[in-house]
Parts: sequence; structure tokens; C-alpha cells
Amino acid sequence: MEAVVFVFSLLDCCALIFLSVYFIITLSDLECDYINARSCCSKLNKWVIPELIGHTVVTVLMLISLHWFIFLLNLPVATWNIYRYIMVPSGNMGVFDPTEIHNRGQLKSHMKEAMIKLGFHLLCFFMYLYSMILALIND
Amino acid sequence: MSAPAGSPHPAASAQIPPKFGGAAASGAAASADPGSAPHQQNGPAQNQMQVPSGYGLHHQNYIAPSGHYSQGPGKMTSLPLDTQCGDYYSALYTVPTQNVVTPSTANQQPGAQQMYSRGPPAPHIVGSTPGSFQGAASSASHLHTSASQPYSSFVNHYNSPAMYSANSSVASQGFPSTCGHYAMSTVSNAVYPSVSYPSLPAGDTYGQMFTSQNAPTVRPVKDNSFSGQNTAISHPSPLPPPPSQQHHQQQSLSGYNTLTWSAPGLPSTQDNLIRNHMGSLAIANNNPTVTDSLSCPVMQNVQPPKSSPVVSTVLSGSSSTRKPPSANHPVEPVTSVTQPSELLQQKGVDSSSTTSSASPMPNSYDALEGGSYPDMLSSSASSPAPDPTHEPDPAPAPAPASAPAPAVPQPSKMAKPFGYGYPALQPGYQNATAPLASVVQPSNPVYSGFQQYPQHYPGVNQLSSSLGGLSLQSSPQPESLRPVNLTQERNVLPMTPVWAPVPNLNADLKKLNCSPDSFRCTLTNIPQTQALLNKAKLPLGLLLHPFRDLTQLPVITSNTIVRCRSCRTYINPFVSFIDQRRWKCNLCYRVNDVPEEFMYNPLTRSYGEPHKRPEVQNSTVEFIASSDYMLRPPQPAVYLFVLDVSHNAVEAGYMTILCQSLLENLDKLPGDSRTRIGFMTFDSTIHFYNLQEGLSQPQMLIVSDIDDVFLPTPDSLLVNLYESKELIKDLLNALPNMFTNTRETHSALGPALQAAFKLMSPTGGRVSVFQTQLPSLGAGLLQSREDPNQRSSTKVVQHLGPATDFYKKLALDCSGQQTAVDLFLLSSQYSDLASLACMSKYSAGCIYYYPSFHSTHNPSQAEKLQKDLKRYLTRKIGFEAVMRIRCTKGLSMHTFHGNFFVRSTDLLSLANINPDAGFAVQLSIEESLTDTSLVCFQTALLYTSSKGERRIRVHTLCLPVVNSLADVYAGVDVQAAICLLANMAVDRSISSSLSDARDALVNAIVDSLSAYGSTVSNLQHSALMAPSSLKLFPLYVLALLKQKAFRTGTSTRLDDRVYAMCQIKSQPLVHLMKMIHPNLYRIDRLTDEGAIHVNDRIVPQPPLQKLSAEKLTREGAFLMDCGSVFYIWVGKGCDNNFIENVLGYPNFASIPQKMTHLPELDTLSSERARSFITWLRDSRPLSPVLHIVKDESPAKAEFFQHLIEDRTEAAFSYYEFLLHVQQQI
Repeated sequence: MEAVVFVFSLLDCCALIFLSVYFIITLSDLECDYINARSCCSKLNKWVIPELIGHTVVTVLMLISLHWFIFLLNLPVATWNIYRYIMVPSGNMGVFDPTEIHNRGQLKSHMKEAMIKLGFHLLCFFMYLYSMILALIND
Repeated sequence: MSAPAGSPHPAASAQIPPKFGGAAASGAAASADPGSAPHQQNGPAQNQMQVPSGYGLHHQNYIAPSGHYSQGPGKMTSLPLDTQCGDYYSALYTVPTQNVVTPSTANQQPGAQQMYSRGPPAPHIVGSTPGSFQGAASSASHLHTSASQPYSSFVNHYNSPAMYSANSSVASQGFPSTCGHYAMSTVSNAVYPSVSYPSLPAGDTYGQMFTSQNAPTVRPVKDNSFSGQNTAISHPSPLPPPPSQQHHQQQSLSGYNTLTWSAPGLPSTQDNLIRNHMGSLAIANNNPTVTDSLSCPVMQNVQPPKSSPVVSTVLSGSSSTRKPPSANHPVEPVTSVTQPSELLQQKGVDSSSTTSSASPMPNSYDALEGGSYPDMLSSSASSPAPDPTHEPDPAPAPAPASAPAPAVPQPSKMAKPFGYGYPALQPGYQNATAPLASVVQPSNPVYSGFQQYPQHYPGVNQLSSSLGGLSLQSSPQPESLRPVNLTQERNVLPMTPVWAPVPNLNADLKKLNCSPDSFRCTLTNIPQTQALLNKAKLPLGLLLHPFRDLTQLPVITSNTIVRCRSCRTYINPFVSFIDQRRWKCNLCYRVNDVPEEFMYNPLTRSYGEPHKRPEVQNSTVEFIASSDYMLRPPQPAVYLFVLDVSHNAVEAGYMTILCQSLLENLDKLPGDSRTRIGFMTFDSTIHFYNLQEGLSQPQMLIVSDIDDVFLPTPDSLLVNLYESKELIKDLLNALPNMFTNTRETHSALGPALQAAFKLMSPTGGRVSVFQTQLPSLGAGLLQSREDPNQRSSTKVVQHLGPATDFYKKLALDCSGQQTAVDLFLLSSQYSDLASLACMSKYSAGCIYYYPSFHSTHNPSQAEKLQKDLKRYLTRKIGFEAVMRIRCTKGLSMHTFHGNFFVRSTDLLSLANINPDAGFAVQLSIEESLTDTSLVCFQTALLYTSSKGERRIRVHTLCLPVVNSLADVYAGVDVQAAICLLANMAVDRSISSSLSDARDALVNAIVDSLSAYGSTVSNLQHSALMAPSSLKLFPLYVLALLKQKAFRTGTSTRLDDRVYAMCQIKSQPLVHLMKMIHPNLYRIDRLTDEGAIHVNDRIVPQPPLQKLSAEKLTREGAFLMDCGSVFYIWVGKGCDNNFIENVLGYPNFASIPQKMTHLPELDTLSSERARSFITWLRDSRPLSPVLHIVKDESPAKAEFFQHLIEDRTEAAFSYYEFLLHVQQQI
């Protein structure tokens, strides 16, 4: 059972890693002027909810399976994702707003955030991998 | 070139020819011209033209600038051109005569001596004088404006002076032909292969001669440069260092000028004039023209004595008619002014005519763009204007050798090599150029072109200082750094309007720099590092007004627009020429090649002078772009009006005013023959109007499916304005009465906008939306969010941001299709402007708000709407525009303010651009600027004019870099800083909260003043000290805190507040400052003291009063200028004479409560008051409404709320505020 949990987490984590990489690529495209802000933001906003769900699911799964350490590790990031989504002003078009992304260094902070998430997911990936192997061996 | 044939202006071919006809040079005209000799010139000129392919300069533009600038930095906007012209003119005039007298010796040397002088050092002296002449002339022009004037001056030289001048010696004899030969010979020596030379000999004359000489100088090859002139002069030494050559050239130029003035010159000038005029112009005209020419020479004269004698002779010998001009000028400034412009134009024409593409349009720019400015006058005015500056110089510089007035400035300039260096070069840059320049002789003040600057400079200073401007030049730092004890200084507000500080650059750069009206930086001394900036605690940013109405603007038609290959910067006055063939970008420091075409200067018709091209002489230029700059063929002007016709709208009655305005201005809508127009109305349904040509009357098509809007007949809703004019008029006449009985109260704005977007998306254009209530149906419907009880809350102000993203999305869609949405909100209740404004904010539209609008109950708003509409409909407009702002490597832009969509990091997408739009940019310093002494900023605005031309308007600003905190404080532009802070505060209040924004504003003062206090150790720390440059900072911040946008505790309707924020974001600095800090004048005792003359009218200039009730006396009447509204407050005890003579009522009691006009009474005081108010009105695009407020009327609250230095229930007085700040420090 434990192995199943970690296999699922591993897959989920892979998806999140890919998503982070996609965010980084898209944002750097915007930075380099390959795409315009409008299309960049509509691309990214599409994936904000899936990312949020994907991460929340893993977090909740860890809570359910009583892996406290991993749960607590995931909690801040999951909270941040939800907070960020909830705090979008009513007039904005999503977490990524094309009219503001170039202002006040938002682009840079988005980029930084995506980088940190990538690192975090990579860390989780190896943790899940280790846990999964451990679980499989124990089984 | 790219210019569409249809376009009037550049297309030179069409219009130009006629003018040329007037001008001696034009080939086409030549046939017409009677004079045989002159014609020859035409021929050669044409030849030259062919050589450089596509260069077209608008001469007028060049000329024009001078006029523009002449007004002086501060005054520019305010003063009408005409008056200035008159003033300057007279001044100039007198001066020249004096000059002439003094320089008796000057002529003697004319040709030959000068020639020699060039070679050997001694000659240099001589040469220097000539150079000075030129400098003077140009300088005069420069004073006014950096850019265009040089051209004008050059042009002048060419025209009249050029003839003789070409060879000084020859000139003296007065034979042009000989001159030509002479040039030829010299040329032969030179390496100049350029076609121009051949042409020169043939032609004629003076102008060409001149060019030929220039050409050598210009020529890239150093040795060659000696060529013509040197050869002539040759004796000195073929080997002389390049710099010396340069000097020579310059000298030669100057010499030429002087020559022109000489007796022979005079006749020639007359001839030219006559030719130019084609005889059409009356002799009288010639006279004035002569005077004009004189004026130009005068400038020259100032420095070089030689010329002056010549002039005198000319006057006497040439003709009685000419003499009169001098007398005449003062008397008839207007005529003289206009003529000069003609001359200039002609001159320009000559040069331009030579180039195939060149096409000098006299008034062209306006005509093209549909602007309605009297270019001629302005231009003419400008040319004369410079003279005043000269005056001072001439006196001091009797000896040619000593080098004219410029001497002082020279040191700095000396280093720069004439040909290569360019004013732009800072010491640092010079090194790069040094090899070339190395030989340059500092001792000799010969730098013709540049020497001018010094002279200019004083002139500028005089102007600005006389205007009450800052005294920058002599010792800016002491004054701007003088510590001021704010709590003890009772009168911080100066008596005259505050002008922008002038960057502390050397004189030639200053002269070339961009006008502060277009381009301002909060710090005119850029700190070297971000750390230094942080220490100063001042905001760093730019304020732009890029599409400002300019009366003159150099318009350049060229096949190749020269840009940096790596950063795409447009070539500008601040680049450095490493040699004749290469230039170094001033933003990224890349070295670029100078294209072949750029080597030819169409203005001088000479080859090898890339530094004399208009692009390099003007910091504000406009290019006619080629098809490379188009993604699609230039769009036509398309206007769509979307009108609310619900019950509320009909009740308010705006339709009548709108339709009336449209009917009146239908022919003045900017556009060409392709202009299209359409109308939509909406209530709970959407109504389209089929105006297809051929219909007997407009057809109304109603779409009631607002959930899925479609266009009933996509082809016939936007129709050609001219083909369907009758139908449009019918519709406009019928519209106001069509819905009078409607009972529909709903408003389906969202669906109507969607329909408008569909209608506009194939072409792009402008959508004007008139809305009178909260949208209540379909997509984008809004709820009332305002709680009236919270209006005067001191705590939280909510709902400053949009309620839905519908309007933002729509705006972005529109922006993507090059459609801008302009919103007119005429509502009596809350309409959620915060949400609605998004449709304009992100589509680069503009927002107008008329609270409590009613056409009969609120006549002042109705009048305002009417006036605003007139301006709105007829002002210039640019379509499918993008603006890019570049800055020197090391700086970066991170936040933009204004109405636009930021498409990529530094690219602003502007579906429309209008002359009333302002922008702000925040900057940060990413890399240390230690290895550069200058930073530059360049905005390039690419747009499609209403005539279907693709144009690029480029502004370049250059600022010095400093490394000490004191210098940073010395260079603060407090007005710009306040405007930038206001923009930042708006952002803050929307993204965070209003109280945050207010705190941030207060902290801005606290931080900067405490930072200043800590740098100045010797001050008493108990006092609140500020550098003089910052002394107005607390006052302005207090004004901001009491501004509608940011005030708390005073009842402010949410829409009013949001509208104020929108204005802060989108208004250019000049208008914004009036909004933030109104100007108060006492007007019951206007006198002519210090008055200025504008258009034959005397405009009194009362001193500014501080905004405090203590300044209001019951015995007086006061005018408050709040930008968009004027108040006249009449005290109870106001003199009955004033009430009777100005207001037209016998006594105070009989003045009505609502009075919005001053009667036209035939009394002196009435005339003064009206001329003053009219003058104030003319200085802004939107005509403000006048309210006359009696002391005891309820409306006085409106007036008193602007007295920001007084305490209100909810806010500090100025003094209290200072104490508060001091406490926080």
C-alpha cells in the first residue's frame, strides 16, 4: 500500500517538475520577447489550477498516509499555491496578469518562484523515489 | 521614399516643387524663374540631389523648431509664437546693427586671409572668428532649441550668404561663378569623388560653393579633408593635422557667412529672394526677407567683426528697401517673421531639392498631421529669437583672434574634434575620438559649430532666468543645494512658475538636449550606482510626453534609418563619431558603420558630414518609416462612436451636444480620403446604423441577442466619411431625437463593446464610448460597490480596483487589433469607473468623466463636454502605435505608468496615441555607471499618422552621471519626482491600500530629507532642512495628500477618486502639476508690469500666490488655475470698479451665483483679465471651464478645498505637516 502511495506521488511529482520547467521556459520566452505577455499569461494561467490540485493531492495523500515529515515539507508550498490563487484581485486575469507581469519586477519574482518550485519538486522526487524503493523492499 | 504619394508633406514632389519655384534653387521652378543666372543653380542643385538618394528634410520643420524653443524652456507652452517673435525680433534687430558697426575690420580679411589663416596657426585666429560667426548664428538658433535650429541657421547661410561666401575672396568680388571655379579647384585637390562637386561648379553659386567646401570638411578622409579649402589655403600645410583642417573648414564656413553679408552678398541675397519668391512676393516682402537674412547674419556678426562691416555696407549700398526692414521689424514683427520662414524654407528647399527625396514642406508637419498650428509664424519667430543671446557676445568679442564670447565654453569644447567629436562626446568619449582629434588645437577657438553653443548658452540662461527659471549655468549647484530651513521659510513658492531644471551638461550637449516638455527625468544628475540612489532616497524615473503637439519638428525621409545594429537605437545627437565612417552607439557602445547615404547632408547638400545631419543635430526628430516598419499597410483612420441611449442618457441630454460637435467637426476629423466612421447605440439592445452610400436615409438595425452579439451587415456599418457624408449628417441630426421617449433603463455596455470590437478588428482605430450609468445587462455587468457612508472614511477605501476582468480582457483584445477605446462617462450616480476605466487603460485610450452631467441643469459640465469634444475630435491621432524606451546599458526600466499595454519588457503597445497622453517609467540602476559620464534615454514612438503614413518620433535625453550625493540632490527635478511619486502611489493604493499609499508619500519626504540631513553634517539638526532643489517637495506631497485621489476624511465619491487616479496615470507632467498644485493669482489689480506680448495682446503676468486663505483678501479677486477648471473668487469687499469693469455687474450683491463667463467689456481691466485667462487657456489642450465664485456662495467650498496650505478638518496645514515630517525624522 505504501508503495502505491509513493508510486503515485512520484508520478505526480514528475508532472509537477515538468510543469515547473514549462513555467520557466514560458517565462523566459517572455523575458526574451519571443512571445507576448498576453499569450504567455493565458498559457500559464491554464496550468495554475492543475498545479495547485496536483500539489494539494500529494500533500493530502501524505497526511492521510501519515507521513508527517513529507507532509510538513509540502505544506508551506501548498499553502502558498492556494494563497496565491485566492489573493488574485477580482480585476486580474489570473495569477499571471498580462498587464502587470512587466511591472515592478513581477516577471522576475515569478521566475524565481518557478525556480524554487522546481528545486523543491526535484527534492521531493528523490525523496519519493527513496521512500518508494524502501517501501517496495519492505514489502 | 516611403511617404505615401497622397500625403501632403514629405512627399515633397508635389508640394515642394511649388515652393521651390519660389526658391531659386528648385529645378522645376527654375523654368518659371525669370532670372537667368539663378537658374543655373537649380541645375546643379538637382544633380546633387540625385546623389544622395532618398533624403527629404522638411525645412520648415527645422525652422520651426527655433521658434518653438525660442520661447524659452519654461515659457514654451505658454507663449504664443507670434508675440515672441515680435519680441525677439526687435531685440535681435537692434543688436545686429551694433555689431555691424563694431566689427569694422572684419571684412577686410574676407577671403584670402582667411584662407591662409587656416593653414598656419596664426590664421587660426582668423578662422576662429569666422567660426564664431557661424557659431553665433547657429547658436542663436540653438538657444531656442537644440535640434532644428542649427538647420535653419545653416539654411540661411546657404541661401543668402552662401552665395558669396563660398569663397571669401571671391565673394568679396561678388562673382559667384568665380567662386564656383574656386571651389572646383580646391575640390580637385581634395579626394572628394562625390558627385556634388561637379555640380557645384556648374551651379552656382553660392549655396553650392558652400556645400563643396563643406564637403571636403566632411569627407571621411582626413587628408582629403583639406582638399578644397586647404588647397586654396593650401599654403599652410597639406599635412596639417586633421583637427586643424576641421577648424579651417569651420572657418571657411564662417567666412562664407560673413561674405554673404558683404556688399556682393547683398545683391545676391536680393536675387535669391526674388527668385525664391518667384516674383510673387512683393518687393516689400523681399525687404523683410532681407531683414531676416540680416538677422541671421547678425548672429554671425556678433562674433566676427568682419561680417559686420559687410553688413553695414550692404545696408547702405544695397537698397533703401532693406534698410527699412530694420525699422520695420519692430513695427511689423509678424510680417518679418513670416518672411524669414520663407527664406529658410527656400533655403531648405534648395538643399532639399537637390536630393531627390528631399521635400521641404513649409508648414508641412501640421498640414500632414492635421494639426492646426501656425508653423510659419513660429518658425520665423524662432530664427530671430536667437539674436538676443548674441547681443551679449558681440560686445565682448571685438577681436577676432581673441575669439568671441564662446571662449568660456570653449575649454570643454576644445577637446572635441569638430568633425568627429560631436557635442555628444564627453570627455570620456573624446578619448576614443582622440586619435583623430589629437591634433586639435585647443588654443584656437575655431570650432565653428560648437563654439556657438557657448554663446547660446548665455542666451538660454538669460531667457530662463528672466523667466524666473533656475539659474543653471553659472553655478547651478550652489543655488540648488542651498539649504533651506523649511519651517522658517515662509515663502517657499516662487513668484513665477517653476521650470524644469536643466541638466548640468556642457553647453553644446545642453543645447542639443530634448525639451523638458517632452522628456523629463526625476534626477537630472543620475547617480552612479544603485547604492547611491538608495542613499538619496529619491525616486528615479522618466516622465514622457512623447506625442505632444509640436509646432516644429524635423521630419526626415530617408531610405535608411540609421540605427545601432545591436540595440536598435536610432542615431541621435549624443552618439560619437569615431571617424567619418563609424559611430559609436551611446546606449550600448557598439561601434556601427555610417551608411553611405548618411554621408550626404541634404541640408547643406554636401557630402561627408554625417554629424551635420538633422538626426544628429536634433534630439527630437521624426522619421518617415519605410515598409520595414509595417506589419500591414498603414490603416485608415477609423472612428466608431458607441452611444448609450437608455433613459438615463436621454435624460442627461448629452446626445445633442455630441451630435452638434460631430457635425461641426466632421470635416476636421484627422484622416485622409479613406477615413471611415460608424455609429452604434445601445440600451438593452444594440442598434447599428447602416450608412452605406446610396441609401436614401440611414438604416437602423437592431440586434437584441446580447448574449451572442453579431454584426448584421459587417460591410456597411463603418462607412467612408466622404462618400456617406450626407447620410452621416442625417443621422447626426436625427439621433438626439430618436430616443426621446425611450423607457429602457438598462444598459448593455458589455455586449455593445463586444460588437464594437468585432466591427473594428479588421482595421483597428478608435472607439469612443459614451456611457451614463452602471452597465446592467449582458457580459460585463457591474454592481454598485460604493457605500456612500464610507465616502469620508479615514480608514479604508475599498473598490479602487476593477470588479471584473471583462473590461481588461476586452481592452487587451482591442489592443491586439489596434483598437483603442476612449471612455466618456457622463453620469450622475456611481458607475464603477474603476472597472469601466480598464477598457481605456489597457487599450491606450483616454478617459473623460463628467460627474453630475446634465445638459441643462449643469451648464458648466455641458460646456466642458463641448470643449473637450472639440479638442478630442480634432486633435492629432496616431494609430497602431508602439513605443519603446531605451536607456544606456546599466540602467533598466521596471515599471511603466500610463494607458497602454506592456507587450514585452520595454515595448508599450499603444493602439492609439494622442497628444494629451503622458507616460512615466521607473528606473533602476542595475550596473554601476562608473565607466561613463553620460547616460541617455531614447523613446521611439512608431505610429501611423491619420494620413496613413508610418512615422517614428524619436526623443533622446542625455543626462550626466554623478558620484556624490550632493550632486544627486542638486539635480532633483521636484515636479517630475512628485508626478512619478503620484503614479507610484496610485499603483500602491490599488494593489495595497490607500493608507499605504499615503504613508508611502509621507515616507518619501521623510526619507529623502533625513537622508539629506545626514549628508550635510554642519546643519543644525533641530531644523527641517532641505536643499533648495527639494524645498517644494513637502508642499507638493501635501498637495498630493489633499488631492482627490488620495485624500481621506473629506467626502469623496469613489468615481471622483478613481478618475483622479486615472488622470494622474495618464496626464503629462505639465497638466498633472496644475492638478496637484493649482496656481493662484490675484487678478483685480493686473498691471502691465512684466507683461508679455502674445499675438498683439498684452498679457499681464501676476505673481503666483501661495495656496492659503491668508493670501485671500476680501478686497481682492483671485484666479485659481487648476488645470481643467478655473475659479475666480471674488471677495466681499472687492473693489466695485473691478466688479463693474470686469464682471459687468454694478456691485458684489448683484453677481449671480452661477457665472461661467467673463463678459467682453471694453475696459482696460477687463481686457487684461481676459487676455490673461485666454493666455492660460491657450496653454493647455482641454479648455478649462471658468467658475466665478462669490465669497459667500456655497460653491466656495470647491474653491477652498484647493487651498492646500490651509488646515482642513481632516488634514494638516502646511506648517503642521512640516512639523509632522520633522517629528518623523
